[in-house]
Amino acid sequence: MSHGKIDFKSIAIAEPKVDLAPLQPFLNEVAPQGRSALLPALHRAQALYGWLPREVQEAISLALRVPLADIHGVIEFYTMFYAKPTAKRVIRVCEDPACHLVGADTVIAAMEEKLGLHHGETDADRTVTFEKVPCLGMCELAPAALDGEKPAGELTVNDVDAFLDGSYPEPTAKPYGTHMVTIGRMGKVDPSSLDDYRAQGGYEELPKALNIKPEELIETVQSFGILGRGGAMFPLGLKWKFTRGAPGTAADKHIVVNADESEPGTFKDRGILEEDPFSLIEGMTIAAHAVGAENGWIFVRGEYPRSAKRLNNAINKAREASLLGKDILGHKGFNFDIEVRVGAGAYICGEETALFEAIEGKRGFPRIKPPFPTTNGLFDQPTSANNVETLVAMLAALKMGGDQWRSIGTEKSPGTKLFCLSGNIAKPGVYEVPFGLTIRDLLTMAGGIPNGKELKGILMGGAAGVFVGEDKLDVRLTYEDAREHSFPLGSGVIMVFDEDADIAETMYQLSRFFAHESCGKCFPCQLGSQRQMEIMDRIAHPHDKGGLRESDKQTLLDVGFTMTETSLCGLGQTAASAIVSAIKLWPELVTTND
Amino acid sequence: MSETVTLTIDGQDVTVPEGTTILDAAKQINIDIPVICYHEHLTGNGLCRICSVDAGGRVQAAACVTQCGNNMNVETNSEDVQRGRRTILELLASTVNLDEAPDILDLLDEYKADTLRFPDGARRDMPVYDDNPFYLRDYSQCVNCWRCVQVCADDAQFAFALSFDGRGFNTTIGTFQNEGMQNTTCVFCGQCVGVCPTGALKPKRQALLEEGYDPDSVFEMTRRKRKPKKDKS
Repeated sequence: MSHGKIDFKSIAIAEPKVDLAPLQPFLNEVAPQGRSALLPALHRAQALYGWLPREVQEAISLALRVPLADIHGVIEFYTMFYAKPTAKRVIRVCEDPACHLVGADTVIAAMEEKLGLHHGETDADRTVTFEKVPCLGMCELAPAALDGEKPAGELTVNDVDAFLDGSYPEPTAKPYGTHMVTIGRMGKVDPSSLDDYRAQGGYEELPKALNIKPEELIETVQSFGILGRGGAMFPLGLKWKFTRGAPGTAADKHIVVNADESEPGTFKDRGILEEDPFSLIEGMTIAAHAVGAENGWIFVRGEYPRSAKRLNNAINKAREASLLGKDILGHKGFNFDIEVRVGAGAYICGEETALFEAIEGKRGFPRIKPPFPTTNGLFDQPTSANNVETLVAMLAALKMGGDQWRSIGTEKSPGTKLFCLSGNIAKPGVYEVPFGLTIRDLLTMAGGIPNGKELKGILMGGAAGVFVGEDKLDVRLTYEDAREHSFPLGSGVIMVFDEDADIAETMYQLSRFFAHESCGKCFPCQLGSQRQMEIMDRIAHPHDKGGLRESDKQTLLDVGFTMTETSLCGLGQTAASAIVSAIKLWPELVTTND
Repeated sequence: MSETVTLTIDGQDVTVPEGTTILDAAKQINIDIPVICYHEHLTGNGLCRICSVDAGGRVQAAACVTQCGNNMNVETNSEDVQRGRRTILELLASTVNLDEAPDILDLLDEYKADTLRFPDGARRDMPVYDDNPFYLRDYSQCVNCWRCVQVCADDAQFAFALSFDGRGFNTTIGTFQNEGMQNTTCVFCGQCVGVCPTGALKPKRQALLEEGYDPDSVFEMTRRKRKPKKDKS
């Protein structure tokens, strides 16, 4: 072992049954990073061994100087890390609402039969593991699945053989819209080619932006009126201003891109990451100049392996072309580079402070705010944490110019927004339209509800959003109208349910999602999300789980109130939102007959 | 001189140094806000949320970690605050064995919590770990207040023997590879036992005395026997 100073400890360790030699060079390489290299090290080890045997965990502990107990805690937290023998090839099939609405259960049953495996099982010779998993972020391609790193969409029972033997084609993005200024290249540009990106108008804005003083650039971006597109709606320019103004040098500041898009119904960022990765890199580099930050991070959810691969390729190409690294484009002293970090199955890491914890090599527990990330973010340093779409929208607005950007949309919600249409809709996909269209306009654009069915309801904003009924169809999609009608635009989710949809089942699935994804830090969410799921399970499955009780309505409302009002972070505060809205919209679901 | 802020708590004005938590400010004017996870010598993490109060924000604020602001108007016992507390207590009682947590039992009474509200909810039933001569670990009595993990780590002892198993509802305190304490980095300082609020961690002697053994037998049962001297002849 090359780490002489810690050799003495290895004496205490039992003789390894696992050959650590293939892992050691990587550990030596990342050892100087210490604990922050923990997730990458666990990913690397798992790629080599299929799972994380004790000896491997001990070797990582020694190399990164992380206590053994903490290694254990981290592995336990992330569902895609395995401390028990697991195959290198894991098949993951989505069982959440958008996929369920269009037949995921029959596809899952066919796969289980074909493989002879149920959820969580590995075959005898450890060649394949099968899992039913929460939303894979491919709702427009429902039903969706992952075979190792290979995504598949629009699966039917007849496709199961091809999917399992690897011959089923990988899906491509489905961009639609009337003003495709942020996703215009999607599907047309070769995502692996910097030249193609440039030929289609890429990297025209960065050189211009670098000639503008950061303070002026921030003012320009503030004039665009872009609010954070991840759902929290914080003004982008203001966030940059705060981060720029925070004490510290550029070497101590960070641009973190939140690409941990994991909320059932949300898939807009995946399209950008996979189909137009250079646009995000260009947007981040402009952000780095404005904020005065040298460190860039993209945290991509573990279920987006194709995104991570394409991003890494794009980053390498940008670096080779001096678009990342030192003295970018000849601007002396402007240094910026980007590292892609891959999550491992934890929705909570989309909460920005939990995301920082994950990069730092810890369990993804959200932090108490304040202090806020702009002063105390990643590694407790000033950080601008931005959603993927936010930065690409900023890039589009720079290209169009502020006047033109503000000429579309409404005064309070300028520009365009990406919407994720899924569920019972003829043409599911990512739609880029100006703010101000009505929900009905969008549904019409997407071909309406198939098979002549009537609308039952729409889930607006995602799993953490609210259900609305037909009476909201003519509400305009703007921040101000959404607020007036008490639904969030969130990440732009519009999930459509037709008259045949089993809303109680959907409510159960949403509550199961939150119970599965609650981090376990604060009591109300840790316990309330479980109880909410148990009650919805009983209501949705009267035949085998007992059915509705008279007390259920009040209990769901009390648990919902408590999670919303007292939970520590946004996950718990919205974990009951869809359930409570459904109770308002369809009181008969929780009303007993007697 | 540090700056001060003035706020109103349950109708009473109070002036405190900047950075004071709502919990401490309330204490100054003899207003008691209930706590479970909070411990004055440990890092506050705002876990149990039982100290949530209405501080005029979008949602309630955990008094133990929220700093007082100027002109803040705090209600520590409004109907909404009570509704949250009662529900958290009901959730807790349906999950964890609270028999040896007298402070929490008092709160159940005070907030009129219905301990049978979730009659068929999953409980965190766990086996008792009896793996060392000093203390027992019964995590069916554990509320996940984190105090033991914190004193074991950088709040006090820097032994780092404890972390977590699972996530969400299934979160419990865990060790590396689920080893018994003697196979971990535990130094048996006893601080975790000292800060445990629910009897989940208990000195082994105390447990045996409670089971009815007399002190002499307890001594016999818990003492570490010396290795027999080698016969030199």
